[in-house]
Amino acid sequence: MKYDVRQLELLSNEQIADGIFDMRLRCNEPDLKIECGQFAHVYVPGKSLRRPISVCDASDGVLRLVYQVKGEGTRAMSQMKAGQDVDVLYPLGHGFNVESGKRYCLIGGGIGVPPMLYTAKQCENPLVITGFRNRDFVILQDDFKSAGAEVMLCTDDGTAGKKGFVTDLLKEQIASVDEVCACGPIPMLKAIAQVCKEADKPCQISLEERMGCGVGACLVCAVKVRKNGEEIMQHVCKNGPVFNAEEVVF
Amino acid sequence: MADISVNVAGVSFNNPLIAASGTFGFGREYNEFYPLEKLGGISCKGITPTRRDGNPPPRIAETPSGILNAVGLQNPGVDAFIKEDLPWLKQQNTVIIANIAGNTPEEYCLMAEKLSGTDVDMIEMNISCPNVKNGGVQFGTSCESVEAITSAVRRHCTKPLVVKLSPNVTDIASIAKAAEAAGADAVSMINTLTGMRIDINSRRPIIHNNTGGLSGAAVFPVAVRMVWQVANAIKIPIIGMGGITTWEDAVEMLIAGATALQIGTVLFSDPYAPIKINEGINNFLDKNGIKSVTELSGTVIPW
Repeated sequence: MKYDVRQLELLSNEQIADGIFDMRLRCNEPDLKIECGQFAHVYVPGKSLRRPISVCDASDGVLRLVYQVKGEGTRAMSQMKAGQDVDVLYPLGHGFNVESGKRYCLIGGGIGVPPMLYTAKQCENPLVITGFRNRDFVILQDDFKSAGAEVMLCTDDGTAGKKGFVTDLLKEQIASVDEVCACGPIPMLKAIAQVCKEADKPCQISLEERMGCGVGACLVCAVKVRKNGEEIMQHVCKNGPVFNAEEVVF
Repeated sequence: MADISVNVAGVSFNNPLIAASGTFGFGREYNEFYPLEKLGGISCKGITPTRRDGNPPPRIAETPSGILNAVGLQNPGVDAFIKEDLPWLKQQNTVIIANIAGNTPEEYCLMAEKLSGTDVDMIEMNISCPNVKNGGVQFGTSCESVEAITSAVRRHCTKPLVVKLSPNVTDIASIAKAAEAAGADAVSMINTLTGMRIDINSRRPIIHNNTGGLSGAAVFPVAVRMVWQVANAIKIPIIGMGGITTWEDAVEMLIAGATALQIGTVLFSDPYAPIKINEGINNFLDKNGIKSVTELSGTVIPW
């Protein structure tokens, strides 16, 4: 059986920035191979749908989910208390394909930053570019440094790091990397894909869509991709969340 | 252990729980949680004569105690289903129901004929999809059109024929009677209730199709009422569905008049729900000294 729902003990669930929470769950399952870029589908009592949250880290028996409070479900998640069990269906989806011997540029925008931490841990000497709206939303900078990554920061208004967009930094750095992996808002991903295309560098992007089952059965989280010259609908939960940027029809 | 097997239109199910069409794909994903033989049957994702890509996303929105969806019948087409999915499904030791949706009576007849030449156990005719322009619901909302399409498909269908009814009608009992009169072997009900949610900041409907179908616990009382009304009006069996979430709901739906059940939306929060519900039904029967689940059907004692 490929899928299972697990009851994980909540170790901590703290606010680390404006509306951003860091949930740590005990997951002592060495057999459970979690790929970077995969996600966990979190059950929220009383809700009809689980909440899909990308894996921020999965090291030393701790599953870390960093999420933003966006609505009722994530608000209820933010009120979960240490010591309680959380019902989690994971790991799900197709993650980033990271190969040894390549230098990666990992880009996160806003709440797209968390999955890049676990990804950074799978890469050799990665360059990480993080972008946020302003200083109130900046997260995980020390975590990236501890993971041995070179991390760059920019904000839309310049209140932290460099003023500007992640693509400004990417354009300066792209010659020094072999491949780009990114997660964040669609306009950002679209711009990154364009920069990579012009520089002839491969690019993988992690997408988000309103999701149902999380395993590819209900077909709601559709994304249009081009395969062999034909446009088809694939699904974020099963075929993704990570897609080859060249194939995504924005 | 009580006997929880049921029989609908000559087809035996090991237990009354069938995965509802559209929530379960063609079964492969949930087979990664538990063997599909734990289910009484599977009503497969609705299929059309040719491939459909479905609606643009978003296709789902959460609602109080439920969800709205508008997938728009994304499917690979009847021929791909027969070739690539049905052979695998038939090895899973559970009842396989093909669900068909068309634009015209001819399309329904064509699919019924093709599927009648295969190993599917039953055909569920979806004349109630609310999420595509011509998803069959135009055939499902008047007695005349239900009777016409059911009798047309009946002539091409050698498998047990189940007509899936829309709740978006004034008098569902008369619709069910029309299906029965035209030769349906059973009815399944209810499909989703048409609904809408709007983002108050963007003023855009959350679902790209603007409207969607409401399912989940929110619709359960409506489904129970309709199953009861239809049970009083027809003699053919009813496959009851609509928001069944717990074993108590399942027992209630049977008492209202259903012979078998479909469950769907609850799978998204709890993939193991069918197994838990079957256990609950079994315990209920044992505790009450009931030998067979069939003894529950239609036993409501109305005031």
